[in-house]
Amino acid sequence: MYDSGKIIPGLIIFVLIITFPIWYNHGDAGEVPKPELPKDSKQCVQPAAEIRAKHMQLLNQWRDEVIRDDDRAYFEVDGRMFQKTLQNTCMECHKSKVKFCDTCHVYTAVSPYCWDCHLAPVETE
Amino acid sequence: MFEKALKGNNYYWMWLAFLGAFMAIGAICYVRQYLYGLGLTGMSRDVSWGLYISNFTFLVGVAAGGVMLVLPYYIHNYKAFGKITILGEFLAIASILMCLMFIVADLGQPLRMLNVVFFPTPNSMLFWDMIVLNGYLLLNIICGWVILTAERKQVKPPKWVYFFVYISIPFAISIHTVTAMLYCGLPGRHFWLSAIIAPRFLASAFAAGPALIILVSRILKKVANFDAGREATDKMVTIVIYAAIINAFFLMLEFFVGFYSDIPGHQHTLLYLFTGLEHGGHVYNNLVPFSWGFVVLTTIGFALLCIPYTRRNDLWLAVGSASLFIGLWLDKGIGFVLGGFVPSPLEEITEYYPTLNEIMITIAVWATGFFVLTILYKVAVGVEHEVEA
Amino acid sequence: MDKKRREFLKIAGISTLAGLGAPAVFDRLVSGSHPVQARASATGAQGGAGGQQAAAAGHSQAAAGTGKRYGMVIDVRKFNQYPELAKECVRACHTVHNVPHFPDRKEEIKWIWQTPYTNAFTEHSHYYRDEELEQNPVLVLCNHCDNPPCVRVCPTKATFRNEDGIVEMDYHRCIGCRFCMAGCPYGARSFNWRDPRQGLDMNNLNRQFPTRMRGVVEKCNFCVERLGRGQIPACVEATGNTGAMYFGDLNDADSEIRRVLKENFTIQRKPSLGTLPSVFFII
Repeated sequence: MYDSGKIIPGLIIFVLIITFPIWYNHGDAGEVPKPELPKDSKQCVQPAAEIRAKHMQLLNQWRDEVIRDDDRAYFEVDGRMFQKTLQNTCMECHKSKVKFCDTCHVYTAVSPYCWDCHLAPVETE
Repeated sequence: MFEKALKGNNYYWMWLAFLGAFMAIGAICYVRQYLYGLGLTGMSRDVSWGLYISNFTFLVGVAAGGVMLVLPYYIHNYKAFGKITILGEFLAIASILMCLMFIVADLGQPLRMLNVVFFPTPNSMLFWDMIVLNGYLLLNIICGWVILTAERKQVKPPKWVYFFVYISIPFAISIHTVTAMLYCGLPGRHFWLSAIIAPRFLASAFAAGPALIILVSRILKKVANFDAGREATDKMVTIVIYAAIINAFFLMLEFFVGFYSDIPGHQHTLLYLFTGLEHGGHVYNNLVPFSWGFVVLTTIGFALLCIPYTRRNDLWLAVGSASLFIGLWLDKGIGFVLGGFVPSPLEEITEYYPTLNEIMITIAVWATGFFVLTILYKVAVGVEHEVEA
Repeated sequence: MDKKRREFLKIAGISTLAGLGAPAVFDRLVSGSHPVQARASATGAQGGAGGQQAAAAGHSQAAAGTGKRYGMVIDVRKFNQYPELAKECVRACHTVHNVPHFPDRKEEIKWIWQTPYTNAFTEHSHYYRDEELEQNPVLVLCNHCDNPPCVRVCPTKATFRNEDGIVEMDYHRCIGCRFCMAGCPYGARSFNWRDPRQGLDMNNLNRQFPTRMRGVVEKCNFCVERLGRGQIPACVEATGNTGAMYFGDLNDADSEIRRVLKENFTIQRKPSLGTLPSVFFII
């Protein structure tokens, strides 16, 4: 190989850099985040697995329905009436952004810009 | 062909480094603005568009000015322009890039800029502006590159490229018409609500664009041994002169309409720009020096371009073109856009003073444009020398 | 390059483009052209009870339409009678909507404010005005025009006119180009030149309503969120029963606001521009 004295070491350094996240933590992915669940309610607006996967799309859908279609109607889940709002529905049960939302978001390095506008509940501790 | 831009003498590298320094400073200033918000500029609730949009407006005109070289050569077979159409096309590329950078610098939420594409809104002129500006950029890249490559290989350009050349001509007219339509359709702004805005924009564009090309061609003759030729230069000067006359005529018509009808709404902004406005015991006149600067510089430039002795002399021609270019920048880039916001829709006056951060970002965008222009022209000149040899 | 290779590359290029574009085209055809409908049907198809009902509710409400056109009458004479009332209206609005306070005029944000008669009504004569008009300011706000220039110029439909005649802002979509501010003939819009929370007392907010972020334009929204709860706008509520402001459905011939408009001479701001404002003034 032409210039193999430079290419082989270069390739090895490249592979080391690219796989850095894997070997730096010795293959440990860290602790699974444990968001603090609300104590007074067992059921969210969607089943747990589904809302965990799709809450982003649901919030976007609520946003478009409430603002653009002016559809602020309550919807019913298991006999309870809910409004389509992050601040006044979701955060009414999940009372802390730090103990609930952030535990997963920080772990996955996601920073949604919801909180630039929407007011997070006042942290009690 | 980019390898042509990688070899140059010391002046070439020093010039690029000089521009690069301003680009770096501007990048830092933009980061500061991105983190704090547009409050770091001098814009306000009343003057909601400032240097960024006014420079954008002027540069759209400069980009459209390139068509004044393309049209005579490709449609009317004016052979003398054969060497310099590439200068017009490359200038259009650099100008449009500057325009796009100014828009991004001006956005409050730049990360959402693709919303204009995701949610097309045909009733908004900004939507059409996005389409025609990007379209024109693409057209000039395709045409300039393909034709220059063909020239380098000393073959005729492929037939299909002429399709793009021909549609780039209406596109050039449309980019500046659409940009003018951003202003001339707004019901609340009397200074802009005039049918003559679009024609005036085009006239000053066809003066400013070729004036810059004349200036740069004098520089290229001096430093890069690239001569546009006596006949081509003369014709460009003629185009600039007529365009400048038409622009001045249109401006005087604006004055007539405002002052003969004596309707305050049509006069206030002109008074603010040229004499200052008295309001509530205070005289507002911070743009007056710039407006008269525009008149003085364009007159000097016009004169230098008309007088046969100075027109034939390279140095005076460069000075005249520069004077005209700067004067037209003062007209469109300072007077037109900033003046439209005074007085406000509630007939209040807020004056605009750009901040240093804003000025450095503006300079950085111009530096980036000239950086791109230098590299592209180096390529063009390099190909020219290779072909001649 | 030999001919066969060129042909191959051409076909490969076109197939790649088709392959990339096909899912988008297919999506649009299958789930209808409206993005909200597409999302709703997607979630509805996969979702649990809550999601499905939300989608269904969204559909029916969007299709129905209410036929209302909200309007407002401001009785300037009453505001002259009660000089402190206008400030109460401004305070109510700005408190309910977490509007920040920036003392510098350059970056101020205001949804409703007082301004002299000469500034509010620029098309009317200011020649030898009566004393009351000369001395007393007028309350101004977004006019929620029927033919709004701001909506016409917005490149992303971030500002739009809803079915009830309210010109609303979608802060999620606004790119901060400020074209709407240039287009508004009434100067009703404000831009967030910096983080609005720097102008707010974070311990004293209306926690039922969000703030905005820097880089978006904002303005009066006719309290659309309060209307959704069956309340009247905050400014109208602040006037109590003085009769200084009326709010209602202009399309309802029997409404109180229509009665007020029939019985009183009203003017509007800049009528010659054809924006058809929804705010009327009794002078």
